[in-house]
Amino acid sequence: MRPTRIHDYAVIGDGHSVALVSRAGAIDWLCWPRFDSPSLFAAILDPDVGGTWRLLPVGPSRVTRRYLPDTNVLETRFEADGGVLVVTDLMPIHEERPPRVWPSRELVRCVSCEQGEVVLEVDYDPRPDYGRAKAPVRDGGRLGWRLEHGGWLYTLRADVPLRPRPGGGLYGRLTMRAGQRAHFSLTATDDGPAVLPPVGRFTWEHVERSVRAWRGWVRGCRYSGPYREAVVRSALALKLLTFGPSGGVVAAPTTSLPEVPGGKDNWDYRFCWVRDAAFTARAFYGLGYEAEAESFVSWLLRATWLTQPRMHVFYDVYGRVRAGERELPHLRGYEGSRPVRVGNAAAVQLQLDAYGEAIDAVAQWARRGGHLSRDELRMLRCFGEYITKVWDRPDEGIWESRSGRLAHTFSRVSCWMALERLLELHGRGVFRDVRMPVERFREARQWLREEIETRGWNQRLHSYVRVLDGDAVDADLLLLSWYGFEDARSERMRSTYRRIQERLEVGDGLLFRNEDDVREGEGAFGICSFWRVGFLAKGGGDFAEAEASFARLLRCANDVGLYAEEMDPRTGEARGNFPQAFTHVGLIGAALELEEARPRREPVWRTEREAWSEEARA
Amino acid sequence: MSWLLRWAVWGFASTLVLTGLLAGSQRLRLTRLNLPFLLGSMATADRDKAKLYGLGLHLLFGLLFSGVYVAVFAAWGRATWWMGALTGVLHASFVLLVVLPAMPALHPRMASESQGPTEVRQLEPPGFLGLHYGVRTPLVALVSHVVFGVLLGGLFRL
Repeated sequence: MRPTRIHDYAVIGDGHSVALVSRAGAIDWLCWPRFDSPSLFAAILDPDVGGTWRLLPVGPSRVTRRYLPDTNVLETRFEADGGVLVVTDLMPIHEERPPRVWPSRELVRCVSCEQGEVVLEVDYDPRPDYGRAKAPVRDGGRLGWRLEHGGWLYTLRADVPLRPRPGGGLYGRLTMRAGQRAHFSLTATDDGPAVLPPVGRFTWEHVERSVRAWRGWVRGCRYSGPYREAVVRSALALKLLTFGPSGGVVAAPTTSLPEVPGGKDNWDYRFCWVRDAAFTARAFYGLGYEAEAESFVSWLLRATWLTQPRMHVFYDVYGRVRAGERELPHLRGYEGSRPVRVGNAAAVQLQLDAYGEAIDAVAQWARRGGHLSRDELRMLRCFGEYITKVWDRPDEGIWESRSGRLAHTFSRVSCWMALERLLELHGRGVFRDVRMPVERFREARQWLREEIETRGWNQRLHSYVRVLDGDAVDADLLLLSWYGFEDARSERMRSTYRRIQERLEVGDGLLFRNEDDVREGEGAFGICSFWRVGFLAKGGGDFAEAEASFARLLRCANDVGLYAEEMDPRTGEARGNFPQAFTHVGLIGAALELEEARPRREPVWRTEREAWSEEARA
Repeated sequence: MSWLLRWAVWGFASTLVLTGLLAGSQRLRLTRLNLPFLLGSMATADRDKAKLYGLGLHLLFGLLFSGVYVAVFAAWGRATWWMGALTGVLHASFVLLVVLPAMPALHPRMASESQGPTEVRQLEPPGFLGLHYGVRTPLVALVSHVVFGVLLGGLFRL
């Protein structure tokens, strides 16, 4: 069976884990209790082995979907021959002081028949441990359908008659008439007795409570510029990728969705990347979500504590180092893209850029009055000292290449930024009574600048280059202006941009990461395309072009506003792990850059009517 | 040390070990029987608070139950580890055969098997011998209570 396109998934979640829901009403990916736990449903990686839970009408139907406005509650509408069926999916958000005991993990699905008469088909086929466990679903009578595996109890309660299927799982059909509703609640527990919420009217109360909770959260968004809907959707996606108890943000909730269909670049992204730190913190702060930004920076400070002065590439949601990587040969992979991997060996690579990004995130916190303890200040100093020792080493770079270490220009720029920020914090008096080797930091910063400006600049190409003394470009060079290394309006940056455009741009404003990706047939990289918008808005190009490019990129989102890591250069379709925090962070960052630049530029987004009203008011 | 103080000290120590064994066996995925949570959720719907309150109640009840063990030892005229073990078997049997099956009637938030969950009663009932909480639940309950008895019988002196 051909898997559903990555582009056709939507996501629901509760701040601990998420589920991917396809346009065909199937939950094809769910890991419980955490993002990086083994899956219960993994049909996205193997429709035969992975397990799925489908709710859909029998026969052909036209499908439209949306999130209820300003929420992560998904509504899928099936217009079948006989009538209309609407499936509402969510993972409930619980109140702080609940009036009742809540299940620790729950997924709720409500079906309502809006018109005519439709036959609902239910196919519930859970396969714990990435489809490796053989665990039968047993009938618990009024207590629901029970599946026990590894100390976990998964309970499905429904007001629809279901029966065991000979091959495993449950199956059911129900003829629904206009006004009729059906409800499903799937819970998981390993901690004490299961909590079994009743299904029916109570389930809709769940939905309403969660809708209220999400809308309450969205009301905290300060962004009021154009494209607000897309920005808010990205913020909601980021919130779904945030692990509530720690504040860590996972790169994506999936593993091994391929960057090239049928290819081998299939990685596990269910961890929190240090690289994303500065971008994520900036996005949250920019939107007014101070608490989320601060909890992420706190997570970062805790995560790096045990490994200082080394900074690992990523940590798990609790801030632990997760270095192991293994393959799951029993899974065929998305569209046959083998191998399917769990864990990621990139954790222990050397990525010097991580230092700059992490320290920039902490600097943003400190600028807003965030308090750093004496030990944390010492840790920052320790990172700075480490940078002065290792900045000239080759590393795997921001894109964690597995083909060996190189002298990446961007890694040096990031080290420069780390020292710059530390010196800035020192200048602000943040370091109080912690002694800083200021002169050493200044000297190293100067060496870095000289090396970047001489060996990172290719005179013949008239461009900054990806690797020192090299002649290839990389989209990460656009960040030189973002980091304050070089003004976007400078001749050097403008000519670098022209070279990047010439070599990495593909139709509709999409950018490849670097020239390797172009050769290897990878997709255009989501965040790089948004960096381009930010660069143009900062003065590197025409503001109108920046805005038009942003609008074009918004059209690459799927029907519910979500992005994967990469986009197909021809069709704009999603490729790679999904949804990808980095791309959504890029979208928010670009929108904020546009907003910051707008007062100085022509507001091309305004319609004639809006401009006219303004003139009339004047 | 007076016998009252000896009871308090060894009764409390044995209860701590029993609580640790139950918590450990849950972490080892042997059972989902969580007595502190069951006790605490009688008082509050908040999961975290239920565990905290329940821990306090469990320690208190452990101390009270150890009084029954001490009474048995006094009636027998001596305290030995095997006497404690035997009393532990009886204690575990009582918990599994009487207390757990009666839980749905005692617990204000627990569903019953005959009526199923309601808006107020949503906690899964333990079932016969607590088997709903995992097939190893009776074994875990038996072993932990026997250890409780062995410790108390071995440490307490009349």
